[in-house]
Amino acid sequence: MRGFWKLLLVQAKLYLREPVATFFTVIYPPLMLLLFGAIYGNKPTPFFGGRGTMDVTVPAYIGLIIVTVGLIGLPIGAAAARESGVLRRFRATPLHPLAYILSDIASYLSMTVIGVLMLILTGAIVFHIRFEGSVASVLVGFLLGTTGFFALGYLIAGLAPTARAAQTVGMVLAFPMMFLSGATIPLEVLPAKVQVISPYIPLTYVVSLIKGLWFGDPWSQHWTEIAVLVGCLLVGGAIAARTFRWE
Amino acid sequence: MGIAVEVNDLYKLYRAVRAVDGVSFTVEEGEIFGMVGPNGAGKTTTIECVEGLRRPDRGTVRVLGLDPQRDGYELRRRIGVQLQEASLPPRLKVWEALDLFSSFYPHRVDGKALLEQLGLADKRNAAFEKLSAGQKQRLFIALALINDPELVFLDELTTGLDPQARRAMWDLVRGIRERGKTVFLTTHFMEEAERLCDRVAIIDHGKIVALDTPENLIRSLGAEQRVVFTVDGQWDDTPLRGMPGVTRVEHIGERTVVYGRGEGLVGGVVGALERMGVRFRDLRTEQPTMEDVFLALTGRVLRE
Ligand SMILES: Nc1ncnc2c1ncn2[C@@H]1O[C@H](COP(=O)(O)OP(=O)(O)OP(=O)(O)O)[C@@H](O)[C@H]1O
Ligand SMILES: [Mg+2]
Repeated sequence: MRGFWKLLLVQAKLYLREPVATFFTVIYPPLMLLLFGAIYGNKPTPFFGGRGTMDVTVPAYIGLIIVTVGLIGLPIGAAAARESGVLRRFRATPLHPLAYILSDIASYLSMTVIGVLMLILTGAIVFHIRFEGSVASVLVGFLLGTTGFFALGYLIAGLAPTARAAQTVGMVLAFPMMFLSGATIPLEVLPAKVQVISPYIPLTYVVSLIKGLWFGDPWSQHWTEIAVLVGCLLVGGAIAARTFRWE
Repeated sequence: MGIAVEVNDLYKLYRAVRAVDGVSFTVEEGEIFGMVGPNGAGKTTTIECVEGLRRPDRGTVRVLGLDPQRDGYELRRRIGVQLQEASLPPRLKVWEALDLFSSFYPHRVDGKALLEQLGLADKRNAAFEKLSAGQKQRLFIALALINDPELVFLDELTTGLDPQARRAMWDLVRGIRERGKTVFLTTHFMEEAERLCDRVAIIDHGKIVALDTPENLIRSLGAEQRVVFTVDGQWDDTPLRGMPGVTRVEHIGERTVVYGRGEGLVGGVVGALERMGVRFRDLRTEQPTMEDVFLALTGRVLRE
């Protein structure tokens, strides 16, 4: 695993040097939170089962960060490294492919975690949001959603012929997901006709799992979510591994 | 001297293209071995098969006693590679690239000294995307040397460099050899092959058409030296034509070209002209070069 840590550090630095990626991962979600918080406040309302709008928005926005990194940042980065010849150069060194892929995953994971921490801190400091679950459960749920979506991201990168194609596919998939999964707009406020699409969107399961665990649901209430996300991880990971290429 | 690289009957096909068509050669330890040939000759395919980055369709390759396909990781620790086509993340800084690549190797040299040596010291904090083509090239050469490799592969090492940087690069490569390392390079500059390499393989259409030291290649050609000078007005060149060693004399306007062989050709021509009382100017000699060797072997001029 020689090179893993250095590569992780470098990848994280490079991510933070992309202003657009950094903005949408780290700054945009807390900004949205502040904006909608200013409009709706965080008064408990029967509509959200006695919770405030911000209470339910923070765990939902975690899904927003996961899809941004997993389906936009990651496929572009992975496909660009291949297309530009960066991977070719790494391949001529003794860097192990596993060390490369793990540090790549770890760097995107770190960015997601930083984004999520910023979001939670903003929610906690400004809106005193409620947390009714266990930290360990939420963490596991978060990791499940993240790895499942990263697998989908690598799948897009593997199938896309170019970085541009990966970017297009990632965005075309990510944007509808953001709005139809409950990540940005609570499902409850969506018209019934639109709600019928939600079950076909993987992000819906990330949002409902994290939201459920956040408010103390037992895991047994979320078998569907677990099945869908493990499925994404296994199918996405398998296809990604088969379609991986150095150049 | 041991053998650093041994290639036997190497073939690599790309659909209908025979990129490498039955190539065999050895590279000895401590030499600068060059592979020269025109675009598409198969240089990169050959060198990348040797590096283990491409899988040959047929033939055997041994590098430092290892099989590049089977013992790739072990091999890549001990070699340095500069690829003809490669890239780094656009926003990666020069010092970060060296720092990162040195972390891949158990054994490494001082990156700062390397940058100094390659004239990149003042670019330490520059992002890869902001480097000029020649600076990128030099950075890749620094990366190829970061692990103090026993054997260095340089694919088109001076492409994109200006003449001054090219000469500096030659000195650097000679320095690598002086430290007891082996260099395997490709180039399509005949002058580079001639001035830098101990032995040169000329490759064309995937086949090695000649392999020897530059001096031997030039000598084996039996090519003639040329003495060129200018004379104003009419004169009789008969005495020159009769001189021993002279094969022919040509006139192009006021310029005269004397073709011939042997050590004393220039002295003989000058002496004869003086005895005849012919006033000449702008006299110079032209030695046969690798360009002539290539032309003779392939019937084509290798354009720079
Ligand atoms: N990956 C590939 N796929 C298909 N054809 C290839 C591939 N790599 C090389 N070729 C073909 O093989 C032949 C040899 O190419 P190669 O790159 O080895 O030549 P070269 O001597 O390095 O040329 P240059 O001086 O332009 O770098 C060319 O005809 C090229 O088109
Ligand atoms: Mg080439």
